[in-house]
Order: sequence, then structure tokens, then C-alpha cells
Amino acid sequence: MAVDGADELLYGRAPFPLACGLGLTIGGGQVYPEVNFTLPAIMIDSSNWSAIIKHYQEMATNILKRAVTLRVPGIVLEFELLPAMTETPEWGAEITTLLKRQLEQAHSRYGLRSALRVTPTDMRDQAKPPILRKGAPWEQLSKSFEHNIAAGADIMSIESIGGKEVHDQGLMYGDVRAIVFALGVLAPRDMAWLWKHICEMCAAAGVVPGGDTACGFANTAMQLAHQKMLPEVLAAVVRAMSAVRSLVAFEQGARGPSKDCAYEGPVIKAITGCPISMEGKSATCAHFSPVGNIAAAMCDLWSNESVQNVRLLSGNAPEAYAELLAYDCRLMNTASARGQALTLRQWLTESDEWLSPQAAVLSPEATVRIARAIVAEQEPYGRTVAAGRAAVEILREGLASGQLNLAAKERDWLDKIDRELDTLPPNGEDLRADLEDSFGSLYDPASYGWT
Amino acid sequence: MAELQKLFDAIVNGDAKAARALTEQALADNVPPGEIISGYMIPAMDDVGAKFECEDYFVPELLLSGRAMKGALELLRPLLAASGTEPTGRVVIGTVKGDLHDIGKNLVTSLLEGGGFEVHDLGADVSPEKFIEAARSHKADIVALSALLTVTMPAMKTTVEAFCQAGLRDSVKIIIGGAPVTAQYAQAIGADGYSESASAAVALARSLMGNN
Repeated sequence: MAVDGADELLYGRAPFPLACGLGLTIGGGQVYPEVNFTLPAIMIDSSNWSAIIKHYQEMATNILKRAVTLRVPGIVLEFELLPAMTETPEWGAEITTLLKRQLEQAHSRYGLRSALRVTPTDMRDQAKPPILRKGAPWEQLSKSFEHNIAAGADIMSIESIGGKEVHDQGLMYGDVRAIVFALGVLAPRDMAWLWKHICEMCAAAGVVPGGDTACGFANTAMQLAHQKMLPEVLAAVVRAMSAVRSLVAFEQGARGPSKDCAYEGPVIKAITGCPISMEGKSATCAHFSPVGNIAAAMCDLWSNESVQNVRLLSGNAPEAYAELLAYDCRLMNTASARGQALTLRQWLTESDEWLSPQAAVLSPEATVRIARAIVAEQEPYGRTVAAGRAAVEILREGLASGQLNLAAKERDWLDKIDRELDTLPPNGEDLRADLEDSFGSLYDPASYGWT
Repeated sequence: MAELQKLFDAIVNGDAKAARALTEQALADNVPPGEIISGYMIPAMDDVGAKFECEDYFVPELLLSGRAMKGALELLRPLLAASGTEPTGRVVIGTVKGDLHDIGKNLVTSLLEGGGFEVHDLGADVSPEKFIEAARSHKADIVALSALLTVTMPAMKTTVEAFCQAGLRDSVKIIIGGAPVTAQYAQAIGADGYSESASAAVALARSLMGNN
């Protein structure tokens, strides 16, 4: 653990701050906005390329204009590549170059401190089952990393998908054993392999390997719970368990900030001390969530997830969301400057904590419990199960104290999850054998290092 | 018919083993396959769909019921084929080119199968050419397109246009769905229908087949 207790988990402050980009220190005392922007509905091909470039030029110009006007102390821009831009690495790199140039101009003209995060698309799941360690998708992805590192990225990230082919099936059928297999066995294996490569590429160029996210796992569950397709308690337990696979990036050398959509970030921060990016109430341009305030409680970067370049009454949406984030950060930083960070953190936490099981597992206290459960185990499988059990305990205690209200069908699911966690074998290899008949055809063993 | 009511219950409860065993028993008792399907299996899945729509059921319950029905239906398929019984309709479904999301599509697939449709699922990232080839080879009545990203929605328009160019547009009904998709968009690109939910997709498919 990098912290002794929940009170050490504060927004804006990480035990191991990160200096990067143009004079930025993330986690060094202030929260900065991380603005994430994307195209409106447009075909991405060479015939539209000049229009696409124009969109990114416009978005960056407007975001930075707003940032300078509002005197933000620092800013991170995130460029999430769309699949076509990863498939053709030169396209992604061209936009990275453009964005970096904009940041350099804003820095030299106005002294704006900044960094550029670039996130290629993990396209390795194109085949069924996905082939993760070789073939065209991996080669294109790898090239995309190389090109964007060379083009000027300060921080490299990815939303990796190893294990998702089993996790999706597990989620859909509410099969906790399959979910644990995906999160505790498959995903960590892929994370270790992938992040070894990413860290090597970044180290060679002096670029920061930022971190990953369990977006394809836990956020999928969160969004399906939001649509009433899955129980919220399942999404909450998946969130806790997903921290283990995201942690593997840091074991391989990632330094933060983890990705904005990694809501498991606080657990990562508690264990590694590295800074994290989070998103919540100001990410409504992309999706809704039950954790809008509490997600900010321990963030070091505060993000809008993704906003399209469309016109609103005020101006273009990326500029509007840059302002929204800037004001959020200004409030948090003002509270810090007045010695009231812990109070504001408490309000952010309490306003959401017991209104949703997913919020209940994100409080600073829950974060420390889940983190401690994880580090008490040695292997990813045991850590994943321990995180799941800790989440179930937190929810049961909330129910027993009357703070958490759950509908009967949610309580039934909590019992089911608890029972299934209890039926798990002692190690991942036994679970793999147990699930071979029902899930063996979904994944490629060689992609996870088995011969 | 008490045993067949138990088949209805087994499907609603997602009990695949029981559903299969009760179907075997029904066949042994010479209950016509058509009666088993239209009298008990499809109504069971309709009940499941209704429970899902009013949020009594989550997706796992829906899919487990779908799996129970599918397993039992496998016993009946050879008998149906032998008697020349046609499915409610033939559907080719997929997520469009450039989009890897498939959860919504999978839900629609499960409910369509539960509704008596023969469904050919092409997966995700499906090119217009692949949709056309599948529609031809499976003699599809309906082509169902899914997209979850605004940047992949244009591929729905491209797919519709490809069907026109291939001379197949008049022989299939094209329906679309997915989080960013709207009825207005469906109209704008010349699709035959749009559904905002998995259950609505089944109702839409039935109405397009003339079976309301």
C-alpha cells in the first residue's frame, strides 16, 4: 500500500506525483482538467481527411482558448484514436503532431502548462477468438504506439481488451465464475504481456506509460446496469475486481495517470501511489453514471470522457466541456488552498455513497478496504476473488446498517454473487479447467501464453 | 397439458435441463411440434420479454431463458424441417463495419430466436458485402443492423445503399438499432424500421413479416 489510510487519499495529491509534458506535475497538489474530444458522425477515410484535420484543429484551438481565458493552472488533452486512425498509424500520428504543436504554442505564448495523452484503439479483438500477441491487429497497434510516441505524445495509454471475450459472455449470463476467470486469469496475463511492450516502447523515447482501464469490463457492466440490463450489485463487484487487472500495468512500469474511465483508479492510487484520472458528473456528454460526485473525490486529473465537436448554444461542445472541467477543478483547488480538501472530498463522497452500490465501493474507506484485500494476496486470481469478497462485504454492511437500500431482486443477486464466489476453486488453473467446456472456445490459449 | 405448462415455466425460469426433458416427454406423448412451439415455447419467451421490458428480469435471466428454449428447440428442428414448417422469418443480423460492440445485437438475436425466427448472426464489424452475401445465401427476409457509435452509423447508410446497388433492396426489409440510432435516422437512410429496444425489435420483425 502507498497510503496508510483513507485520509491520505485526496484529490490533487498522489504519493508519487508525475512530472511530464510542458511543465506539468500531475498529483503534485492541484487537479487539472483532462479534456477528451472526438469527431461528430463522419466517415473516416482519405476523402474526408482534410475535414477531419479541420475538426481537430478547431477543437484544440477552442479548448486551449477557453483554458487560457479561465487561467487554468494546467491542462491535459487526450486524443483517443478511432479504429481507422489506429489501423493507419500515420493518420493518428498526424493528429498527434497537430495537437502537440497547439500545446507548444499555448505554452510559449501564454505559459500554459500541459501534456498530451494519446490512446490508440485496442483492435486485437477483430478475430473470433481474438488473437492478441501476433498478426495484423497487434502489428498495427504496435506501429500506432511507435508513430504516436514519435509524433509527440507525452503520455501513452490504451483501453485494453484481453479477457473481454469471456467477460462479456460472463456478464451477459451473470456468471460470476466466468467473470472471475476473465478478470483474474485472462486479463492479467494479457496486461502483463501488453504493458511490458508498451513500457519498453515508452522508455526508449522518454514518454510516460500512463495506464490502462477496465472500461471494457467494469464500465460495460456499469452502463448495462444503468440501462437496467444488469444488477447494480454485479456492476459494483465487477468494479472492485477489475482493479486487479488494471494494477498489472503498474507492475510492468506504468506511472500514471491511469485512464479517465478507470473508475477503479482510486484502488490503483492507494496501492501504487501513482496519480489517476477520473470522470464523473462532467462526463455526461458521453454517458450517465451513478457516481458523478464521488468519482472526483480522489482524482488528480478530472475528465469529461469524450465529447463530439458539435455546436451548442454557447459554442462548440469541446470548448464548453473544457470550461465545465475548469470550474470543477477551480473549486477543488480553491478548497485545497484553504485547507479544506478533506471536507470537500467528504461532501463529494457522501453525496453519492449510499445512493448506489456502485458508489458504495468507490468511497475512500471502501477503496482502502478493497486495496488491502488485494495486496494481502500474491497472485491476480486470488486478488480478484479477494476484491470481489471485499465488495460484497461492503455492500452487506451498508444494507445491514440501513444506509444502502436495495430492491429485492438486487438483494437476491448479491446473495447469488456471494454464493458463486464461495464456489470458486483455490487457483486459476482449476477454474480454467472447470470452464473449459463452456468457455474454452471463446479465447485463444496462445494469446494468453499457454501452449 | 400440465406437463406443457411446466415446459412454459422451465423456459421462463431459464432451466435448460428441465426444458429439454419436458420437450422430450411431450414428443414421446405425441404432442405436435408446432403446438409445443407456438402453444408454449414462444408464449414463454414473450412472457420473458415482457418481464425484461418491465424490469423484472435482467439480461442474464432473459438469456438463460433463451438458452433453455434454444436447447429444447433443437429437439424439434429436425421434425419441423421434415414437415416443411417454416420459421416465423429469416433474419441476418450484425454490427456494422468499424463497430465492435455486440451486446445489444446479441440480445436482439436471443429474443428473435425465442420468437420463432431463424437468425444468422454475422457478429461485429460486418461489411456491406458480407451482409449481402449472407442475405442471399440464407434467403433472408430481414436484415438487422446494429451500431453503437455515432462514427459508425454512416456504415448503416452505406449498407442500405449496397443492397440497392446489388439489386436486393426490394427483397429484404432492413431494420436498424443501437444507442445513437433514431427513427429519424432510419427514415433518412431508407431503412424499413427502427427499434429502440430488443423487445421492440421482435415486434417490429413480426409486423414486417405480417404477423402482428
